[in-house]
Amino acid sequence: MTAIGFQMNKPVLAIEGLTVSFDGFKAVDNLNLYIDRNEVRVVIGPNGAGKTTVLDLICGKTRATSGSIQFDGKELTKMHEYNIVRAGVGRKFQNPSIYENLTVFENLEMSYPAGRKVFSALFFKRSAAVIARVEEVAREIFLGELLEQQADLLSHGQKQWLEIGMLLMQNPDLLMLDEPVAGMSVNERVQTAELLKRISQGRSVLVIEHDMEFVKSIAHKVTVLHQGKVLAEGSMESVQNNPKVIEVYLGH
Amino acid sequence: MNVLDKMLAGKPNLLGVALLALLIFVVFPLTLDAFRLNMVGKYLTYAFVAVGLVLCWGYGGILSLGQGVFFGVGGYCMAMFLKLEASDPLSTKIQTTPGIPDFMDWNQITELPWLWVPFHSFSFTLLAVIVVPVLLAFIIGMALFKRRVGDVYFSIVTQAIALILTVLIVGQQGLSGGVNGITDLKTLLGWDLRTDSAKLVLYFINAALLFGCIFIGRFVLASKLGRLLMAMRDKEERVRFSGYDVATFKIFVFCIAAAFSAIGGAMFALQVGFMSPTFVGIVPSIEMVIFTAVGGRMSLLGAVYGALLVNYGKTYFSESLPELWLYLMGGLFIAVVMYFPNGLAGLWDSHGRQALGRLLRRSPRIAPVAAPLPQAVRVEPKAPAPERSSLETQP
Repeated sequence: MTAIGFQMNKPVLAIEGLTVSFDGFKAVDNLNLYIDRNEVRVVIGPNGAGKTTVLDLICGKTRATSGSIQFDGKELTKMHEYNIVRAGVGRKFQNPSIYENLTVFENLEMSYPAGRKVFSALFFKRSAAVIARVEEVAREIFLGELLEQQADLLSHGQKQWLEIGMLLMQNPDLLMLDEPVAGMSVNERVQTAELLKRISQGRSVLVIEHDMEFVKSIAHKVTVLHQGKVLAEGSMESVQNNPKVIEVYLGH
Repeated sequence: MNVLDKMLAGKPNLLGVALLALLIFVVFPLTLDAFRLNMVGKYLTYAFVAVGLVLCWGYGGILSLGQGVFFGVGGYCMAMFLKLEASDPLSTKIQTTPGIPDFMDWNQITELPWLWVPFHSFSFTLLAVIVVPVLLAFIIGMALFKRRVGDVYFSIVTQAIALILTVLIVGQQGLSGGVNGITDLKTLLGWDLRTDSAKLVLYFINAALLFGCIFIGRFVLASKLGRLLMAMRDKEERVRFSGYDVATFKIFVFCIAAAFSAIGGAMFALQVGFMSPTFVGIVPSIEMVIFTAVGGRMSLLGAVYGALLVNYGKTYFSESLPELWLYLMGGLFIAVVMYFPNGLAGLWDSHGRQALGRLLRRSPRIAPVAAPLPQAVRVEPKAPAPERSSLETQP
């Protein structure tokens, strides 16, 4: 086996024994989770199962009590948030988190991976490469015609897309999306599913979602979390037919 | 293209800068007598602080209630140099120890303290005026921003620092001149500062430096860093998880604001001829925030007008109705917070500009802003979009 082949088989994200406890309450409890290259993984589970906390732990927003998170051979649990991003992890928040006072163009530009330090930001030039990249991403997220629109005037669904676009600007190897279709119309959901299929080419995507139709349309594999632990994992079909999953989540 | 609108836009634009320059460089010197002009010069030293607060508070969302610290440190650095020059052995020969500042002699100090020794050098003093306050701001910033102390907690800590420094200065009478401050400053490298001609020259130097700071501020705000400041103020988490070390940007803008304040402080010592703890503590620091708020915390030029107007009001009312002034100032601040959160600049933006435009043009408004701009326009670094949120989002 060649070195490259070995790399390819290794999961891009390996979470092992991950635990976080808040005042004794274990929000995530000895969790193991592996995500392969180019995989679209959806995490589902009832409220309070620890889904968002897992994303918080990966991107460094919350610090683990114990366990490890290996991303591309790097141990994320000890890195600064901005270094985790620079290593190739992008994260979308549950509520669209965009800069409402800036235009769509400026929002996207803000995530362009240059001018990230004080003095390089001070002397950052809006070069042709930056403009081309922003326009490319804007077309991808259906906002190509709205570049000069101030972001607070966008619809809720467009704001969700804009935040996804901001992550794409960073060209991350792992894209984490917390409820990307929440508050979207049926049409927008379909568009978003297509968007996800396109942007998952060449990268891994980790999605938290409640909308089962949407999950079915995008997921390669589904992980069900319950009380901070993995309850079931596998194809959508096997998970849906799992009696334990029906009991705690789908049945309700 | 709506030329007037473009020229008079709320952002500090060139016409606005030219108007303010005309006022400060031509109108005031021509219409005011030496005494009043010196007073305006004093007000303008506070404008340095206000311009710094626009960057730090208006755009960066960092409300420092301790800018008097930097104003004071800059002022004291300059005052120490001037005091040493005024305390040559000849003019202090009646003291027990000639050649040291008079207040040291009164405090039975017989040797110049080591802290004062480097201030014999003018070039060291000029350097210290900027470097010492910036270093102080850097240390405060590192200690607080790196630990994610923000919002109201940051404001409280800066206020505590202002108090601590005041107590320190008052307590170390032999070193600092105590509550009286450093007084009787006479000459700068042999040039008598007390003459009308010197005051006029200092006024112009002060005004030129102020415009230098405004231009630096414009440059910062027009850069990507300016947009980042606004982004951080409104969505700090999003900026952090877009790969930025948020704390370093906050430290940077806090240091810039400190440097501006310090220049103001040094010019204050030169123009007014003394420096005392009354310009360091909590009250002056909060007053400086009020100048900024009244002028408009999102407008570099507005801050200058705010400093001028509020101080003019303070002088006027202190002369005629001294007991009323504090209530007026309090009422003014409440009014700004509740009714016009973007201050005078905001009022000008929402009312004055249109009124003037109607008066001059008598033609209908054109150009909805939403239309996509041609690519050539977009290449230029653009000033950030006008701020819409109100004070409520701020600590």
